[in-house]
Amino acid sequence: MRYLFKTDYRQDLTIWRHRGDLFWYGLLCIALLAIPFVLGEFYVGELGGVFIFAVAGVGMMLLAGYTGLISLGNAAFLGIGAYTNSILLAHGVPLLISLPASGLFTGLFGIAIGLPTLRMSGLYLAIATLAFGSIVGTVFQKWDAVTGGFDGFPVPEPYIFGIPIQSATGVYYLSLAVLVIVLWLSANLLRTPLGRAMVAIRDSEISAQSMGIHLARYKTFAFAISAFITGLAGALFAHYVRFLAPDAFDVLLSVQFVTIVFVGGLGSLHGVIYGALFVRLLPQFIAIIRDELPFGIGRMPGLEPSLFGLVLVLVILFEPGGIYGRWIKIKHWFQAYPLKRRSSFRRQKSYARSERLR
Amino acid sequence: MNLFRAEDIAIRFGGIRAVDAVSFDVQPGEVFSIIGPNGAGKTTIFNLISRIYTPTSGRLIFQDKDITNVPPHRIAGLGIARTFQNIELFANATLLQNLLIGRHCHSTVGVLSELVFTPVVRREELKHREKAEEVIAFLGLERYRDTLIANLPYGVRKVVELGRALCIEPKLLLLDEPSSGLNVEETEGMGFWIEDIKKDLGVTVIMVEHDMNLVRMVSDRVMALNYGKVIALGTPDEVQSHPEVVRAYIGGEA
Repeated sequence: MRYLFKTDYRQDLTIWRHRGDLFWYGLLCIALLAIPFVLGEFYVGELGGVFIFAVAGVGMMLLAGYTGLISLGNAAFLGIGAYTNSILLAHGVPLLISLPASGLFTGLFGIAIGLPTLRMSGLYLAIATLAFGSIVGTVFQKWDAVTGGFDGFPVPEPYIFGIPIQSATGVYYLSLAVLVIVLWLSANLLRTPLGRAMVAIRDSEISAQSMGIHLARYKTFAFAISAFITGLAGALFAHYVRFLAPDAFDVLLSVQFVTIVFVGGLGSLHGVIYGALFVRLLPQFIAIIRDELPFGIGRMPGLEPSLFGLVLVLVILFEPGGIYGRWIKIKHWFQAYPLKRRSSFRRQKSYARSERLR
Repeated sequence: MNLFRAEDIAIRFGGIRAVDAVSFDVQPGEVFSIIGPNGAGKTTIFNLISRIYTPTSGRLIFQDKDITNVPPHRIAGLGIARTFQNIELFANATLLQNLLIGRHCHSTVGVLSELVFTPVVRREELKHREKAEEVIAFLGLERYRDTLIANLPYGVRKVVELGRALCIEPKLLLLDEPSSGLNVEETEGMGFWIEDIKKDLGVTVIMVEHDMNLVRMVSDRVMALNYGKVIALGTPDEVQSHPEVVRAYIGGEA
């Protein structure tokens, strides 16, 4: 077990806990860069999809995992990002401009949805964002002059410095780059007053306010940054699917984002990656074992959504820390072997909180 | 000159006058206690001062500035910190992070520089960190520094909340029942800390408290409330033997 002896406050400000972290993340980076040379196109494409969902998952994590605002409308943000990017590309805007532009444009929508929903929380917020999602979905369908309606919208092939990136490998590298940048920005955010303010709002609004945190401003910011990041993911998603259909951005997609956050582990950026892997690879896994399943279960309609639902419920019931929480526990078991105690991760019962004011 | 003054503040919830024309002033450097039976309006006064409630009438003056209409998130920046009766810490963050959230009102960096973590942000973080360490040392919380609040015992959480309020570097500290849920020893410890806060840090304290031993130990002046009205104000001994106070607590003829 590694004990960290801290001798300087600066050690708490680093993204890496110690040199070992740097080594392993470096190794991971090299492995990820090498994968397209080793694995077939199918796997590269699937991993690209995982990265895109991880980007969207980071957007969801900042909103739901760190600020405590559950949104069921993030698929709409993804859609707005995807359509914005494609339309800009179709007008001849280069990808290096259209990508951040679609993020920023979606961020504006985040502010627009954040402001009127400031007074809501929990279930009511989820319902309001759900409504937002279905409104945006309808707009995608009906505004065919811009979105192409149900005929769909073919995504133009983008170039970066003259290199086409529509191939699975191109999308893979582009998504990886965006994911790394988004993770870096989020990690920065979380070690500054801004990230702490978000956590404060999640855990106790009333005392956050008494600490000088402007609730409205930070909640709106959380929506804006979430929408910005999800918009970036949307722009990438457009290149992943290559053809935009308005019904792709429905509630089920939003639920998948929520699943990423909950299954991966609320309140951790690591969890986003695990969650994204789970959400993207489960359908593939089902596809592989579909024919092996007895009693024709594999051919039952709605198998995939119901499995997602089942896993979500089971995780919330039995492992609220998600995959990352379980990983931490396993790591602890090995580090402390053979001294692991049953009570190591048992939290004290929480005491009565102040009566909710207002 | 007084540090804080409440002028005829009143608040009604429907037909209930929770606080009714209460006036008092707090001198710099004193510990001013508010006592009274349950429902007397003590915590409501705190919620009025920290602007969670807006008074129906009356004025709140802090350092000769009218704060009756200041929005609640600006109160900390003015130098008024508070704790809560039932502990409102950020349970899923570490002790250190909780104290750093207390530093929020001293943060001056912008969103964009936070996103890319500029050297300015780094310097400011180190400054916040130093201040938080001072508070940790002052309250002797070193061994819990990186523990999640959810894993801390109740008595320690009470002290952490005190620490978080101190991180604001307040001029006026509002303590809402600092001894509630603590045993006799812990209550005495809390009393010593309040004395230290007053003497070493020079912070003025307004305290709502039920435990008369603690009130007598630390208070310079005491105000007794009943049904939202002031029934006595003076030194701890004067107030405790005041016939109105005895009647409010024990009832009947006194």
